[in-house]
Amino acid sequence: MKKGNSRRSFIKNVSLATVSTIALSGCGSKAFEDFLQQNFRTLTKKEKDEIVKNLELKYKEQYGKEFHVSDEGAIDGTLFGYALDLSRCVGCRKCVYACVKENNQSRDPQIHWIEVLQIEKEKGIDFADSNVQYNPEKVPEKGYFYVPVQCQQCRHPQCTTVCPVKATWQEPDGIVVVDYNWCIGCRYCMAACPYGARHFNWGEPTVPAEEINTEMHYLGNRPRKKGVVEKCTFCIQRVRKGKYPACVEICPVGARKFGNLLDPESEVRYILENKRVLVLKQELNTQPKFYYFFGI
Amino acid sequence: MNFIRFITGSIRIVFHGSKTYFAWLTLLLILIIWGGLGYSEQLAHGLIKTHMRDSVSWAFYIGNFTFLVGVAAAAVMLVIPAYLYDWKPIKEIAIFGELLAVCAVIMCLGFIMVDIGSPLRFWHMLPLIGTLNFPSSMLSWDFFVLNIYLLLNLVVATYLLYCTFYKKEYKKSFVLPLVLLSIPMAVAIHTTTAFLYNALPGRIFWNSALLAPRFLASAFCSGPAIPLILFQILRKTTKFEIKDEAIWKIAELMVYAMFIYLFFTIAELFKEFYSGTEHLLYWKYLLFGIGDHKEIVPYSWASIIMGCIAFLLFLFPKTRRNFVTLNIGAVLIYGSVYVEKGIALIIPAFTPDVLGQIYVYTPSFTEIRTAVMIFSIGFLLFTFISKIAIAIVFEDYNIQSLNPKKERLPE
Repeated sequence: MKKGNSRRSFIKNVSLATVSTIALSGCGSKAFEDFLQQNFRTLTKKEKDEIVKNLELKYKEQYGKEFHVSDEGAIDGTLFGYALDLSRCVGCRKCVYACVKENNQSRDPQIHWIEVLQIEKEKGIDFADSNVQYNPEKVPEKGYFYVPVQCQQCRHPQCTTVCPVKATWQEPDGIVVVDYNWCIGCRYCMAACPYGARHFNWGEPTVPAEEINTEMHYLGNRPRKKGVVEKCTFCIQRVRKGKYPACVEICPVGARKFGNLLDPESEVRYILENKRVLVLKQELNTQPKFYYFFGI
Repeated sequence: MNFIRFITGSIRIVFHGSKTYFAWLTLLLILIIWGGLGYSEQLAHGLIKTHMRDSVSWAFYIGNFTFLVGVAAAAVMLVIPAYLYDWKPIKEIAIFGELLAVCAVIMCLGFIMVDIGSPLRFWHMLPLIGTLNFPSSMLSWDFFVLNIYLLLNLVVATYLLYCTFYKKEYKKSFVLPLVLLSIPMAVAIHTTTAFLYNALPGRIFWNSALLAPRFLASAFCSGPAIPLILFQILRKTTKFEIKDEAIWKIAELMVYAMFIYLFFTIAELFKEFYSGTEHLLYWKYLLFGIGDHKEIVPYSWASIIMGCIAFLLFLFPKTRRNFVTLNIGAVLIYGSVYVEKGIALIIPAFTPDVLGQIYVYTPSFTEIRTAVMIFSIGFLLFTFISKIAIAIVFEDYNIQSLNPKKERLPE
């Protein structure tokens, strides 16, 4: 960086800091209301609805589009589960980018909720020898198999236990969510997660206005700010409306299955009963609701 | 009213001093501003200005925090031998130990604040107005014990100085229980900090029962190094009296701690290397590097070599009783534990990360500048309060000195 540039950016920083201080001290302003907003779980239905309405207005102003932000709760009698067929996955990463788009993940700096590991077939599932940065002309490569990893939606999540401010929790339908307005950004959950499923907004996230997904959930894909943690929510904005997660829909080889674990007729239940499944890092007793299996 | 006069009297001391004193203050101020400008960039652009990323999500800041918890804990522990071996100036040792602890805890909180992604939301942790996840989260425990410890030391040290200032006898029935309470609290802050890392099953490098004992041992190696040097300076420049034997005793206690630390570490290394499981990976990264990734190796070996030299210097009575070699040893062990806590404890737990990927972390310039800012603020604070303490305890600065007719301020 050039010297003049850093001086200019310093002046910008100082003015930014001043502006935000003024914004904060100006009582009744939006920023101040944001600052004082309480933990999502302690809010009443009325307060939630008002916050959601304000968010829709704010996003409209910001992106020039109509938005729908939902604060819908879990549907009774649902516990979401996922199954991924390792014998079908070809490592194309279509799921990674479908997820980015659906969930309004930052394009720069890049955030991916799904990471696909490439591992040599003879090694078995061995993280130490896996590679995320594989980049061949064509997938799958001979001698390799692929393990996509995202939030495993543990029944015993470590991440929610360690959070010092209760900004992350497991919903009644089993989805682990984050309140982006309450997270202080200490990243203890990231240290605790054994699957690298949590991602931090190191810088101000950017999503191009023309690509933004306007169907949102408060605990899911609404735009985040810098300094907070985010993660896969099984596409909470879709699955609570009876749709499949984006990664399930996009998968070109049908390796991804999703459904209600409490429904005996669901596809995931069929897989659990008729295939042999495994979970990652079983020895840690996190009890994921994300299963891997070999379909062929 | 009396207390206000004590405070104003104390503040006046801070503004009087020799040329060297003001030169030191100027230096610290320059460092604070230089570091603060670095930190302001982080505030504006986010933690992206650091070299931390999703793979290595905790690093230098949290390492410094851990180190300073050790300093805070060890400073007060000196009260035990002072009491047991009946070193004369026990009150003075308690005061300076506790003032050091206060500054160290404040620096700890500073490092937590700069490490947080949204520092303005810090109030979410406060009881009543926030939602502190107590008792589930170890971070909430740490926050709790650190603040109690800070308060405890602040109250005791202020009370002792206040009494001396007004030439009153201090109430032993008030001070002694608090001092005695601060000793288990010192152990508590360190143990809690170790537990913070310890029980995360996904982080294999930390998931060893020896982590907390090693933590404590390493804190007691390095922590007393500051008082050790401070007491020598005070002895030369003020009326503070401490026998050579007492200083040697501190050094002797440090060498026990070093031996215990060495033993714990060897036990850990033996288990890891002899069993040779996948879990060895992290130690390998720390000591030898993995493949071409050797960036952290110089840090770990520097720490080991400094620690071993210090151990030898402290072990032999001849070098332990020679003040030149003693002080060299104190600086070396301090440096060794600083690197161990700042880098070697944190980084290998994240490299390779939980999915086996290697992201090479070394601190960014912004991180170093921010750390310099916090250390300079801590030093400045310690300079101020120890100057006040020296004036009140050793230079007979008291309530009568405030009398305008007999204006007499110590240099």
